[in-house]
Amino acid sequence: MSRRRVGLTGNEAVALAWKQIRPHVVAAYPITPATQIVERFSEYVAQGEVDTEFVAAESEHSALSACVGAAAAGARVLTATASQGLALMHEVLYIASGLRLPIVMNVANRALSAPINIHGDHSDTMGSRDAGWVQIYARSVQDAYDRTLLAVWVAERARLPVMVCLDGFTLTHSLEPLEVYPDEAVQTFLGEAPTDGYTLLGGEPITVGPLALPDSYMEFRRALAAAMERVPQVLEEGVRAFRAHFGQDLPSLVDARGTEDAEVALVVLGSYADAVEQAALRARVRGQRAGFVRVVTFRPFPTTPLREALGGVREVVVLERADTLSGLGGPLGVEVRAALYDLEVRPRFTDVIFGLGGRELRDEELDNLLRAGPPGGVVYLGVEGSRVLELA
Amino acid sequence: MATDWQALDRGPVIPGASSVAYRTGDWRQERPVLDLQRCVHCMLCWLYCPDSAIRVAAGRVVGVDYDHCKGCGVCAAVCPPRASAIRMVPEGAA
Ligand code: SF4
Ligand code: SF4
Repeated sequence: MSRRRVGLTGNEAVALAWKQIRPHVVAAYPITPATQIVERFSEYVAQGEVDTEFVAAESEHSALSACVGAAAAGARVLTATASQGLALMHEVLYIASGLRLPIVMNVANRALSAPINIHGDHSDTMGSRDAGWVQIYARSVQDAYDRTLLAVWVAERARLPVMVCLDGFTLTHSLEPLEVYPDEAVQTFLGEAPTDGYTLLGGEPITVGPLALPDSYMEFRRALAAAMERVPQVLEEGVRAFRAHFGQDLPSLVDARGTEDAEVALVVLGSYADAVEQAALRARVRGQRAGFVRVVTFRPFPTTPLREALGGVREVVVLERADTLSGLGGPLGVEVRAALYDLEVRPRFTDVIFGLGGRELRDEELDNLLRAGPPGGVVYLGVEGSRVLELA
Repeated sequence: MATDWQALDRGPVIPGASSVAYRTGDWRQERPVLDLQRCVHCMLCWLYCPDSAIRVAAGRVVGVDYDHCKGCGVCAAVCPPRASAIRMVPEGAA
């Protein structure tokens, strides 16, 4: 298979993936830092390079509502948003998953107001974590491109909506080298959408989303939970098909390196994986046995692989760009701790909240954290006024 | 009776037109009684009825579908005063 190597930003790479997916419908509303995905894609439509029905909606709520209608008609549907836009979609997110519609959405992760901020953190998608969407976090521009293609395959087979998250600006606006697969290869990989779903366009009239009162609502929700429980297996098949078609290996749930003999393991989500992995390697050079775990898929939560990776580790440090404001730290930390609770020997645990609203995390801060030894509990790293992790 | 959750993997999708089988007429406290002698067939009641319960044939009002009429009284309120062809009477009364 002949690949092209080009330089693209994360948003441009996602728009290119969309063009290659050739969705029937895209309904979207622009918002920083996701705007260029839709902007670039609408150019493809205007130039006749793709024959998608493009709906420029009047709000994110309307955009996702249009996606729900189109997906219920049996269409392959894509959209993109960020931050406040995702917050405005919140109501419709639950409808998309509850109706088992395989919509794929790219989210350019951005902080939530107030105060207003356009830069990256994971507050937006963490607010949707219980909405019944599969959530996958990209590490690089290539990963955002690859996982957008994979997401369509997975969504249609799991019959669940999927969010592919890429960090605002860090990935959306950074130019990186990208291996592009041929259009035909993408089409063979995806094939026709599986027909075991339903369609409003079939011969018989159907009612989608009727009233379900206490006598039946809970059964539908249990079935939805079961659909989510099957996702790891679908993802596993998806990455196998991806490797067969594109020759590219993608970790499906977590990517763990050097945890076998690690005394301390760093757990991270999204584009800071590179910086955190490098910090773990520098620690090794200093003689400290550090491991690195990237959580690729946050929903469903990768409990089993995390237990396997972190089972023998003495210190676990979760580094994350969101807060639950509950006093328990960030959402990733809360869930990693919950996943490890049943271990016979539980590791010592530190939850580090960093990078809110695009605040840079410096290598020295990571090195200091490892050198000083993780303090335990919940720590805010890189905040003016806190000096707890500075070496004396 | 409730269905087992294992049978609901397709999501909440049911055959269409199920509202026909749902007897909203059960809720009714007052019933519209139509006087076809007074009716001028202006179709306002048919247009405004929220449950499509005004029965029409060949462009003329012919009666009320009491299986689905929920007794809201909108039809009586919109019927032109000079026709006043609809009276709301308590359910159970003649
Ligand atoms: S009472 Fe209400 S529901 Fe019944 S026919 Fe009149 S408008 Fe329709
Ligand atoms: S609104 Fe009154 S006059 Fe007009 S069609 Fe209905 S019953 Fe007849």
